[in-house]
Amino acid sequence: MSGYWGGILGILCINIIFAYSIFLPAASGQLNLGGAGFMALGAYSAAYLNTALELPMWITIPGAAIFTAAISFVIAFPILRTRGVYMVLATFAFAEVVAGVIINMEAVGGASGYEVPSFADLDVLAILAIATIGFVFYLLATRFGLSMRAVHDDENVAALFGVNVRMTQVMTFTIGGALAGIAGALYAHQYNYIEIQYFNIMISIFVLLYVLIGGTQTAYGPLFGAILFTFLPEFLRLPEMAGVANGAVLAEWRFVIFGAFLVAVMVFRPEGLITRAMVDRLRHGRAPEDITGEAS
Amino acid sequence: MAAPTNSIMSFTGVHKSFGGLKVIDEVTFDVVRGSRTALIGPNGAGKTTIFNLISGIYDIDIGKITLDGTDITHTPIQGRIGHGISRSFQNIRLMPHLSTIENVMLGQHTRARGTVDLFKPLGWGPGRRWAEMAEDALKRFGLETYPGQVVGNLPYGIRKRIEVVRAMMADPKILLLDEPAAGLNNQETTELQNLLRQVSDQGVTLLVVEHDMHFVRSLCEQVVVLNFGRKIFEGTPEQVHKDPGVLEAYLGTGNAA
Repeated sequence: MSGYWGGILGILCINIIFAYSIFLPAASGQLNLGGAGFMALGAYSAAYLNTALELPMWITIPGAAIFTAAISFVIAFPILRTRGVYMVLATFAFAEVVAGVIINMEAVGGASGYEVPSFADLDVLAILAIATIGFVFYLLATRFGLSMRAVHDDENVAALFGVNVRMTQVMTFTIGGALAGIAGALYAHQYNYIEIQYFNIMISIFVLLYVLIGGTQTAYGPLFGAILFTFLPEFLRLPEMAGVANGAVLAEWRFVIFGAFLVAVMVFRPEGLITRAMVDRLRHGRAPEDITGEAS
Repeated sequence: MAAPTNSIMSFTGVHKSFGGLKVIDEVTFDVVRGSRTALIGPNGAGKTTIFNLISGIYDIDIGKITLDGTDITHTPIQGRIGHGISRSFQNIRLMPHLSTIENVMLGQHTRARGTVDLFKPLGWGPGRRWAEMAEDALKRFGLETYPGQVVGNLPYGIRKRIEVVRAMMADPKILLLDEPAAGLNNQETTELQNLLRQVSDQGVTLLVVEHDMHFVRSLCEQVVVLNFGRKIFEGTPEQVHKDPGVLEAYLGTGNAA
């Protein structure tokens, strides 16, 4: 495999874990636009453990997960008091606070960035990405997963049936934080250098798009979203790289094509590309409507 | 009428206001254990408010609710089902993105104990028994065709019945049904009545808000009538038709222009 594609696959692994970190709260009805902040916490905590304390990766990565989860747990209480667009703003503001604090912390390099000695190769990234996929699918298959999706659909009715709504939301936010921490740690160990400017609002928007465009109804959604968003811009560059005539035009226009694609998805598939009905259809080989007799 | 000592639920001196509007005014009634009791009244009488007070969606201003001798007036919403109160809604409130069996399994939530049960998968291993229990319930109530279907796609009458099955999965002592027959055709109404008789035969007390008096007469043996937030009658369905207060509430005094 070329270094180029190896690099892309590495990014894909990080994106998958990062997407699931946003998916878990989203699946229980909370939109998090502060993904970059949580990822930065993971990246910087892993980097600090690795650089300042000279700890190996098998400690820095779980350490980053635990640290980010702990911060997520603490801020979950004030943030989860907000609803809808206010929650989006609160999580965005949190990410800005994280960036503001880190840029002023000389201990982790401040504005000039921070070096990370240990290198995580593709194997480590792939193993953790696969483990994360397995973990999220498992979680959704449990009663806790059922509670999450019930809270997403109707908090009041979920509470009436005995679901501890607040605990469910805090837990998903915290587990999401842990996954963002792992994604950040892997980013730090993959690139061996981090700077806070990377963890900006665009990163938070992109990861939310992976999840929303992929679909929040099933665990396949964010996986598909992350794969699509990682590869699509690269595929649009392929003709140029292969020296095809006018290939450069496609490469230049790729962000326009990408934007148009996003708008099209939002118009035609507002619930995301992968929906529950679609997964059921693929699994059972027929549409639910066919069985109810309501299909036209 | 059974003696009050045989009551499963007591609603005593309850008041509820929203802003300056008094919607429940000094309402007191008992629900007899194992009975099928109807709560009726004109629109805006406060029937659904009473259901919301019993199930904990609203807090009571003044008064007391006891269930099986336990004061549940201040029990939080997610704790009430553990005392044996389960309900359905006037406008179906199934989880639209969940399948039939998942909705029914949500009804079992309060029976799952502790963190271990919470993190066992429902489809295989030891957690599989929850799915089996839900499948059995669907079969018992004639809904076995639909377990994997996302409920948002199912016909109205089927969804109404799934709501009852979901409420039953909590193993309730008392089941509150808010206009269960509204919007159903004759066949669906009959199916629902059969289902509710089955539920009642299992010893579950039914408290039903319903406008369809034919439905009330054929299902319920006790009726409580509300008007403008006050209780105006309590008795059998046969008596209710002869009560001048009830006739006035529904039909007016006859002196109006």
